[in-house]
Amino acid sequence: MKEVWIIARRELNSFFNSLMAYILLIAFLGFSGFFTWIYGADVFMVGQASMQSFFGIAYWTLFFFIPGLTMGLLAEETRSGTIELLLTKPIRDWHVIGGKFLSTLILICIALAFTLPYYITIATLGPLDHGAVWTGYLGLILMSATYISIGIFASSISRNQIVAFLIALLIGIFFHIIFGVLAGNMGGWIGNVLNYLNLSTHFESISRGVIDTKDLIYFFSIIAIPLILAESRLASRKF
Amino acid sequence: MDIIVENLTKIYGTQRAVDNISFKVHTGEVLGFLGPNGAGKTTTMKALTSYLLPNKGTIRLGDYSVTDQPEEVRKLIGYLPENNPLYNEMPVIDYLRFVAEIQGIDKSRIKERIGDMVRICGLEGEKHKKIGELSKGYRQRVGLAQALIHDPEVLILDEPTSGLDPNQIIEIRDLIKAIGREKTVILSSHILAEVEATCDRILIINKGKIVADGTPENLRKKAQGQEMLKLTIEDADKNTIADALQKLHSIEWVNTVTGTTNRFEIQSKPNESSRRDVFDLCVKNKWALTEMTVVETKLEDIFRELTMN
Repeated sequence: MKEVWIIARRELNSFFNSLMAYILLIAFLGFSGFFTWIYGADVFMVGQASMQSFFGIAYWTLFFFIPGLTMGLLAEETRSGTIELLLTKPIRDWHVIGGKFLSTLILICIALAFTLPYYITIATLGPLDHGAVWTGYLGLILMSATYISIGIFASSISRNQIVAFLIALLIGIFFHIIFGVLAGNMGGWIGNVLNYLNLSTHFESISRGVIDTKDLIYFFSIIAIPLILAESRLASRKF
Repeated sequence: MDIIVENLTKIYGTQRAVDNISFKVHTGEVLGFLGPNGAGKTTTMKALTSYLLPNKGTIRLGDYSVTDQPEEVRKLIGYLPENNPLYNEMPVIDYLRFVAEIQGIDKSRIKERIGDMVRICGLEGEKHKKIGELSKGYRQRVGLAQALIHDPEVLILDEPTSGLDPNQIIEIRDLIKAIGREKTVILSSHILAEVEATCDRILIINKGKIVADGTPENLRKKAQGQEMLKLTIEDADKNTIADALQKLHSIEWVNTVTGTTNRFEIQSKPNESSRRDVFDLCVKNKWALTEMTVVETKLEDIFRELTMN
């Protein structure tokens, strides 16, 4: 586990050194703040002490920002050849994947931590369902982890960062919206399967304050599968 | 720590990049891989570092098998890959700390090791700069520093001096030689002078196969066969001298070099040297011997002979 942390720390430093981290933080806080407080279905328009409008915005902004963070994680290492240096050190392939996953997740958690003042402000405005706020944050973290994992897989199959970005968005959009739309149009067992695959179904039930094992199993498997695929992609260098 | 490679074969698609090669390297030996581009040097090195799995064959490092115990092996190896890839956005010192941590060096010793590496590799003035801002020579030193930081038993260097200026090349060579006295070093190059200057033993590889194996002197002797001399003898007529030379029993043939001076090229008979005879002949006839050069077969010639076709 120590190895995972060493790699994660290096990645985090590199996010902050390359300004990526600051761009993400500013853009994320800017977008979510704007739509939560100033424009559209904001807190004042809804007229309720609720974080739902923020979660709705974060759900979309994170979807677009995460592929931008993950696109370089493996693609850039493969392109520049540093992956060879890394994989000839006494570590396992999954340490590399795990470290990169962890670093991006930590960065997202930092971004989410900066929105805690929203929570404090809204809590002073009226009665707030505190439980739903915390599960809402949990839902955002699980959703982010899913897209990070998909992004790392996309980054493992291309040397080109832009291609990795687009592949991650393409895979992500299915879970984000397409499965949901298709599920609405189809009935029967296909509709049920698509509805189960739809990420927002699970996100919404968690952010409403219901933590169901069914949802957790969904998230953990969608997080695990791309990571395993990315690891086997790394291992394929050997053959 | 000895390295034993047996019947190593690596196939990419239909191409045999490395074709059934076997060799041994002993502790305290610097082995040079020589070969034209695409001969299989880099592939062999990647297999040695466990980055690639061979299709066939075994590689052992001391008691460890590279294919079955890659993590043990990686602790013992310091590796400088081809083109020296590095994280450009990291400052030198942070990068060395990262490598030290990932190599599992004890926390209390990391600072000391980084200090040693900065001193040995001459990075004192550059240690806080970002790697991307360094010149090629300094990048190469950072690459060497990261390969050496855990004091590895085996050092594998893929073209360690490519892109360096002559002064830097000499510095790096001296460093490699110093390390090679106690450790096992394998380096690759397509520069002949380089392997000749640094290596105790040379393996010439061509099209995935070993075509020659030996010390630089041995290889040269093998290719040389008979002694060749260049002579300049004065104070007599060209033809007289040529005839006299031809009569010496140790000389196989004489070739008169066209031109105004009395220059000759002679070849001695196999396993004989004609240098004393030539000298005695000149003394006897009171000729002045103003030049006698032994024409050495250069490693270049062997290399060309073995790798052309």
